[in-house]
Amino acid sequence: MGSYVLRRLLQMIPVIIGATFLIFAMVFGIGDPAAGRCGERACPEAFLVQFRQEYNLDEPLVVQYGLYMAKLLSGDFGESFSGLSVAEELLNRWPTTIRLAVIAVCFEALVGIAAGILAALRKGRFLDYLVTLSSLLIISIPVFVVGSLSQLVFGIRLGIFPVTATEGGWFDLLLPGLVLGSFSVAYIARLMRSTMIENLRSDYVRTARAKGLGPGRTVGVHTLRNSMIPAITYIGYDLGALMGGAVVTERIFNINGIGGFLFYGINTKDGTIVVGTVTCLVLVYLLANLLVDVLYGVLDPRISHD
Amino acid sequence: MTDPSGVAVSEFGTPPAGEEREGQERQQARSLWSDAWRELRRNPLFWISVVLIVVLLTMAVAPQLFTSTDPRFGDLAVARQPPSAEHLFGTTSQGYDVYARVIHGARASILVGVLTSIGTVVVGGLIGLVSGFYGGWLDALLSRVGEIFFAIPLLLAGILTFYLFPPDLEDPLILQVLTVVGVLVLFGWPSLARLMRGAVLQVKPNDYVNAARALGASAPRLIFQHILPNAVAPMIVVATLNLGTYIAVEATLAFLGIGLRSPAISWGIDISLASSIGLVRAAPHMLIFPSIFLTVTILAFIMLGDAIRDAIDPKLK
Amino acid sequence: MSDTLSETDVARGESSWTPTDGRLLDVEDLQVEFRTRDGVAKAINGVSLHLDEGETLAVLGESGSGKSVTAQAIMGILDTPPGFVTGGSVRYCGTELLTMTEKQRREIRGPEISMIFQDALSSLNPVFPVGWQIAEMLRVHRGANRSDAREAAIRLMERVNIPGARQRVNAFPHQFSGGMRQRIMIAMAIALDPAVLIADEPTTALDVTVQAQIMALLAELQEERRMGLILITHDLGVVADVADRIAVMYAGKLVETADVHSIYAAPAHPYTQGLLASIPRLDQKGQELAAIGGLPPNLTRIPPGCPFNPRCRYAQDVCRHDPPPALREVRPGRRAACHFAEDVLADSAREFDHPHHLHGDGGEERR
Repeated sequence: MGSYVLRRLLQMIPVIIGATFLIFAMVFGIGDPAAGRCGERACPEAFLVQFRQEYNLDEPLVVQYGLYMAKLLSGDFGESFSGLSVAEELLNRWPTTIRLAVIAVCFEALVGIAAGILAALRKGRFLDYLVTLSSLLIISIPVFVVGSLSQLVFGIRLGIFPVTATEGGWFDLLLPGLVLGSFSVAYIARLMRSTMIENLRSDYVRTARAKGLGPGRTVGVHTLRNSMIPAITYIGYDLGALMGGAVVTERIFNINGIGGFLFYGINTKDGTIVVGTVTCLVLVYLLANLLVDVLYGVLDPRISHD
Repeated sequence: MTDPSGVAVSEFGTPPAGEEREGQERQQARSLWSDAWRELRRNPLFWISVVLIVVLLTMAVAPQLFTSTDPRFGDLAVARQPPSAEHLFGTTSQGYDVYARVIHGARASILVGVLTSIGTVVVGGLIGLVSGFYGGWLDALLSRVGEIFFAIPLLLAGILTFYLFPPDLEDPLILQVLTVVGVLVLFGWPSLARLMRGAVLQVKPNDYVNAARALGASAPRLIFQHILPNAVAPMIVVATLNLGTYIAVEATLAFLGIGLRSPAISWGIDISLASSIGLVRAAPHMLIFPSIFLTVTILAFIMLGDAIRDAIDPKLK
Repeated sequence: MSDTLSETDVARGESSWTPTDGRLLDVEDLQVEFRTRDGVAKAINGVSLHLDEGETLAVLGESGSGKSVTAQAIMGILDTPPGFVTGGSVRYCGTELLTMTEKQRREIRGPEISMIFQDALSSLNPVFPVGWQIAEMLRVHRGANRSDAREAAIRLMERVNIPGARQRVNAFPHQFSGGMRQRIMIAMAIALDPAVLIADEPTTALDVTVQAQIMALLAELQEERRMGLILITHDLGVVADVADRIAVMYAGKLVETADVHSIYAAPAHPYTQGLLASIPRLDQKGQELAAIGGLPPNLTRIPPGCPFNPRCRYAQDVCRHDPPPALREVRPGRRAACHFAEDVLADSAREFDHPHHLHGDGGEERR
């Protein structure tokens, strides 16, 4: 187990370096790194000189990258055009986005897994069709459409939820959280249903029945444990992906989280914010992936006990 | 696998293994397709999705068949009107006809979806093929590169790229679409490369491939005769399912104000324009109709992908 | 080892099931069908079997002949739907199983009748340690506590000759070799000392040397516990050494039953004859092996008349129109379901010395 974790960790390092270098190269190698550092206007000469120095633009690209990463790792994400420290902003905004993601993940895990299990156990009956068709529909609606429509229906028309969640309290974030998790809840229901159905037909479930175990044990212990593995790992990956996906939800509900900050960066054409936030989100995503790999090793002994 | 000395009853009647294997393999592939087609024909979801996709494709190719109204003609005198006989889906805050814009919006979405799917299949397929077929350091290198591109979520990749290299608004629609397609292909190919690589590795160790190699069969012959037939089915399923995702990502980028931009007509742009809180209150039809069309389009492709998958792999039926 | 014996002896003593006249299982006119979208497949059409204490019955047939389905119907673990038992009876120690409630049947599965399967890797749950899976039998059926069950699991693993059982009790199935995994399946199946063990192709997935070891282990356990053993196989080579009686199945029916020696000496059904002709024999070098031409029938569309008639070289008009006769006694202790069983027997006895006469392809020689 320990060697497995170490191996995954070592495999992850080149990916992290590669992905951050890719982003860096896109910004500093191909693009004009000073573009959008001064909002809509062209940059003054004095700023450009200072900028070239600050990002070591006269060095070779690889050296620039090394220095840039060293800066990032020491927590220096640079300053936005309006003088905000990007690192500080990100730090202040994390709690809101994490709260949002937690709501989404809980929703996914509880509703998605339960719906998938029920559909699999009632395969071919009404409940199964209900879950299958509704998850198919939900999976097809892009999150920004779900967001805009549910804001219209639940926020404006019915008035059940606040229309915007600028404050970022738990209740304010409830509707946005459900919106954020909507795609994955449907995806998990489908995933859970199909793995469950496949496992219910597996040889080891037949063995469990041949052992004289009751339906509770056959399904609850022998089928469920195996069937949860894909769903749980998906939720883990999703926790990382949701942070990035939050940009849409936070824009719709006017939430002051990381996504909202990224949208603000895009809107005000502030390169430091966009690049810093995207890099940060990619790192979070990769970290979540690493955790999932470790979790996967714990859940499925075939992976880690070689 | 099977016991070499004892006699297996199930092997009665089968010809001795050897040169016949190749023929059998092809026959199996053929019967897989005819089985799949029979299965597919019975699935109502398949027919629903086919009809929807045909209608949407017609809309994309010839929007004039559905509407004669100019989607770019804004008449401020009739701005923000609810649906009426004259304006079936109402009008926007600029006085555009929503119905005309929705019809004309199909082109961008369909183009992005279809071209990106084709692009990822070609690029990912080629890379996966090379990777699996030649193996060694080339495989290791390509797999690592794939992991790196795979590590950046599609939406974030899109945001970053279009932020750095915004499409020129003066360009014709097709050029703008191609930039979007290019970026999505760039970050979308690894999943298909993995699929193809897996298929190659599955076929490669088989005896008949080694035999064919020993007899001097060329690489292209091996690839076309043995490897591609095995890889095509899963590639089609994944590409069809992904098509819906690409359309959604394009619309999401447009919604965020990057990627395709006005005056290009796209459902994502229109939904973005309609979703400011003031407008959602005053003119919900501006939001609802493009949303429905976008959703139905994605739904159609996902249903098609599902139906094909169920037909090829009927385990879950 | 003696621990295991004494413990299981006690367990056996607790059983409320005692066979009358040594008869453990009595299957009569069993009918099973699968209702699929492509139609109803009659997987078993009236199979009758019996099994006595300490006896080994081999059920022989091609894949799709219904031998595994018969076993699953006896166990009560058919997948329903699509599989349904539509008729017949299965009696264990004189008590009808088919009319029991599911709960009552569960109390028989494991303690009384247990089963091992072909592919031990997929038949063991990949995410639980093997010891846990063996111990589960004792915990669920006997209410044993965790540590007692674990100790019993270790003893069972030792009994089936798994080296280092105590160290490997917490290992997972994929960490064992194929033969060891099948031993674990066997340990699990005998954990409650059942009276009947059904082995469904237990050695098909294994190497030849390992096959022999597993068969030897099964024979040894059977001897030791006086179990009735039903051995399902398509491999005639496996059967010869261990079986007492053989039942040959074709298209969901028994076509011949006999004791091992007489069936090898002279088969009474053309199908059995074909099976035997296709065994490689050391004394006939350089001859081509005979295969039975054609394929077994599609069970959704069993041809009229005898299901074997399209592949049979004895087939006459009567075989194409009338159903074959029920199993009938053709010699003492030998039963065959064929109009021409006597001819077949006579031919078999004669051709035993000239097996090449059998090589004709039934499909071509018809008419």
